Amino acid sequence: MEDRLLVTPAPHITSSKTVRGIMLDVVVSLVPASIAAVVIFGVRSLLIILASVVSAVAAEAIYQKLFKKPLTINDMSATVTGLLLALTLPPNVPIWIPIIGSVFAIVIAKQIFGGLGTNFVNPALAGRAFVLAAWPLHMTHDWVTPLGYDALTGATPLAAFNGTGKTALTLRDLLLGLRAGSLGETCIIALLAGGIYLIARDVIDWRIPVGYLGTLALGTWIFGSPNGFFMGDWISGLLLGGAVLGSFFMATDYVTSPVTRRGRLCMGIGAGVVTLLIRLWGSYPEGVTYAILFMNLVTPLIDKYIVPKYYGYAHDVQARKAATGGAK
Amino acid sequence: MSEPRRSLGFDFIKGFIQENPTFALAIGMCPTLAVTTSVENGFWMGMAVVFVLTFSNVFVSLLRRFIPDAIRIPIFVILIATPVVIVELVMKAYLPAIYEVMGIFVPLIVVNCIIIARAEAFAYRYPVMNSLMDGLGIGAAYTVNLMVIGGVREFLGTGQIALGSIVFPSAPFFEPAAVMLTPPGGFITLGLLMVLFRVTLGSKAKVEDHSKTS
Repeated sequence: MEDRLLVTPAPHITSSKTVRGIMLDVVVSLVPASIAAVVIFGVRSLLIILASVVSAVAAEAIYQKLFKKPLTINDMSATVTGLLLALTLPPNVPIWIPIIGSVFAIVIAKQIFGGLGTNFVNPALAGRAFVLAAWPLHMTHDWVTPLGYDALTGATPLAAFNGTGKTALTLRDLLLGLRAGSLGETCIIALLAGGIYLIARDVIDWRIPVGYLGTLALGTWIFGSPNGFFMGDWISGLLLGGAVLGSFFMATDYVTSPVTRRGRLCMGIGAGVVTLLIRLWGSYPEGVTYAILFMNLVTPLIDKYIVPKYYGYAHDVQARKAATGGAK
Repeated sequence: MSEPRRSLGFDFIKGFIQENPTFALAIGMCPTLAVTTSVENGFWMGMAVVFVLTFSNVFVSLLRRFIPDAIRIPIFVILIATPVVIVELVMKAYLPAIYEVMGIFVPLIVVNCIIIARAEAFAYRYPVMNSLMDGLGIGAAYTVNLMVIGGVREFLGTGQIALGSIVFPSAPFFEPAAVMLTPPGGFITLGLLMVLFRVTLGSKAKVEDHSKTS
């Protein structure tokens, strides 16, 4: 009987969730989008995904061996980083771009800052931002026509949409992902399936994607048309570009998103606003990467100002002040 | 004012490791990031700083008994601004191409914290010869730092390194990463080199370890 009495400090409520379990769920949720990428953009997509994942895991292992840190490649977080990075790349990029991007993401964005849990931005997006700044021509011109697998060097449908507020694509094409774009961003159905799976498994909070996509849809509706306000094609604005992929799978990263529910809603809305600003008035066609990275940086600020009320504390500010003797 | 006899050799050499301005003391960061897009730019910026630093160190040290404590900073500024104007005019006259690249950062040497830091922390307290060696040493180390940072950025950003008319390799053998020539590339290079410096030589340097103070 005495053996079973365990005396420990708080917390006493534990959960069966593990890093590995959560990361496995994310990998599972990205499988439909990855398959869609291979179907839509050809077998080369698989090569890009494999190169990215393998180099991400290898970079983590080599760094941790080199600096004599505990090996954490079994928690799958490097796998998720590699997979997410690959899904944000154009289908025709040279194969060394995902490799360099993954190594940058793991070593510089994540491990140097202390590894999983202490990285200040989403590693996959940091890797993408780096390769985008380093080789902008590859990252903005290596597109492929869907199902035809022909090289397509030109503006993506999103770039055209930002200028005119119109797109030639039908809703069916948009939902199935039959358009030029990054590997994993086009097939909306696959992304939604993965996102809903994650929300159902309680891995991610719905507030971030809903806040993000809601703001983006509202903003595109109001400002998205050159003809006047409240005339924008908000459905296309939502489905073109990487907002669905980013909002479900990247903005929801635990380490770099706020801890409170209201804070998460704030982060979603903020990312939506920044995306809109970049798309409508910025010089880049797409702003999801920078929007999420920006909100990653703002996250500590959100967590500082949006604090849940202590249980048992007086809700009334006046009462609280009185209770603490007027101390601020 | 106590003036212990210090070895002139040590005063020269300490700038490279123990008091390395960029990697150990982390001062003078503005030109370090701004003009180090090539080895050559780093070299000329470093040369300008060597001249200004040596000049101001020597004169601050010479005049240290006559400078009242309360107004020493304005006097330092005058002693620093003089060589800066000399450097600026000489560069404009004889190295117009380099001056074009450096632009505002040549006159801004006047507010480079390395120079005022050496005046305040060293030249104001030590004899002329020591201050001379300190200026030359810190300046030389700063030049080496700028050239190393410039070399890394130039090589990765253009695929080549140009030293005068010699360009190596003659054609880049990989696709250059444009980001390395931009400010983010400067920050990344500086950060990684600083990590490298502190991992390898950090035990010898006067590195401020903020992780150990509360």
